[in-house]
Amino acid sequence: MSVVVESLLRLGDNGLILSHRLSEVVGKQPILEEELASANVALDLLGQSRLWLALAGEIEGEGRDADALAFFRDVRAFRNALLVEQPNGDFAFQVARQFFFDAWHHLVLRGLTRVTDHRVRDIATKASKEVAYHVRRSGDWVVRLGDGTDESHQRMQTAVNELWPYVDELFMDDETDVAAHAAGVGVLHAPLKAAWDTLVQDTLAAATLTVPPASKWPQRGGKQGRHGEHLGYVLADLQYLQRAYPGQSW
Amino acid sequence: MVSLPPRDGGTSTGITSDVTSDATSSARPSIEQVWAWLGEVPDPEIPVISLVDLGIVRGVEWTGDGDEATLVVRITPTYSGCPATQVIAGDVKDAMAAHGIPRVVIETSLSPAWTTDWLSDVGRERLRDYGIAPPGAREDVLVSLTRRGAPVATIACPRCGSSRTRLVSEFGSTPCKAHHACLECLEPFDYFKPI
Repeated sequence: MSVVVESLLRLGDNGLILSHRLSEVVGKQPILEEELASANVALDLLGQSRLWLALAGEIEGEGRDADALAFFRDVRAFRNALLVEQPNGDFAFQVARQFFFDAWHHLVLRGLTRVTDHRVRDIATKASKEVAYHVRRSGDWVVRLGDGTDESHQRMQTAVNELWPYVDELFMDDETDVAAHAAGVGVLHAPLKAAWDTLVQDTLAAATLTVPPASKWPQRGGKQGRHGEHLGYVLADLQYLQRAYPGQSW
Repeated sequence: MVSLPPRDGGTSTGITSDVTSDATSSARPSIEQVWAWLGEVPDPEIPVISLVDLGIVRGVEWTGDGDEATLVVRITPTYSGCPATQVIAGDVKDAMAAHGIPRVVIETSLSPAWTTDWLSDVGRERLRDYGIAPPGAREDVLVSLTRRGAPVATIACPRCGSSRTRLVSEFGSTPCKAHHACLECLEPFDYFKPI
């Protein structure tokens, strides 16, 4: 598979899987406003994923459209980061997962608005405007919960600590990243870490939360297709209908 | 491809006077006429404004001649995942069919990305009358996050006009709106987010 397609699948799969995780909590959120927000963020991510996967399928040239890529690949063919497949815990856990991802996502998309491939640039330009609102919401919740009650503070800190080992993978560049960057369709992620650190540290400080020490055992492998057990369950749900009744449409 | 909204100078319509005598195009309503018809198609989620007022119709042109004449309408989505996009395509085809244009192709264009700056002045007024605060100037929301405590733009209540309002949630009933509440008249209201 070409590095271009591989690189687009990584973008599309992050959006698809996190969108699915968010859709799982619709109907279960603590307040009505967050029902709407979760559903809307999920919708944005799903729409963006559809654009990335459609482009991946088009460039691949083997007749796979966005639906085929979403519904008919197995776990090992998915290229999302491990962070986004982590199961929904309490609301603080969802907020931490979302904030870590949103902050990274926004920086990546901003970088992609300047690559040479205009198709990638067009999608990134559109998506980055949407994701700016995602960061603002999730960052705001980190502060509200962290600087809230003793209970919310403790839960927010626990969520930050538990998800910290999944952050490093977002900034590890492999051969695909380097080649995609050279080909004008991707960005290098390591150089984005400083900006991410600043945003996250500022937000955690405002939230009276402690920045965890560097992870001793950072978790990685998702974007090369090595996933935890959770992704299989996500796909069982997400892909069920098309697997059972291939080609069904509305 | 004509991509100016009809209000931008000299493109307002006269239904019969636009028909030219050119034999190959006599069956085709003028581009200006088509813009006027598109200006009557309501947005499916906010029906007080039209697709043209929303700024999502980016171009209209004819291809082919005679019976083969096909109207190409270029539309840009508001949000990547907006579920209204497919409804809009269907509504445009239905509206054109009602005006006797059977062959319509909807082209989706991502670039330039849609911005609330393209909402017409008429559209903004109609939003306010409908109870939705129209979008303000665009800002860099990522930067504003790191400037915690800095003053944020005040959104005036569309019902009582008070500027004593507060943000309830960045996301309202649709992706394009945020949820605010007025501290004066105590009514909740939607704010069309600048993007």
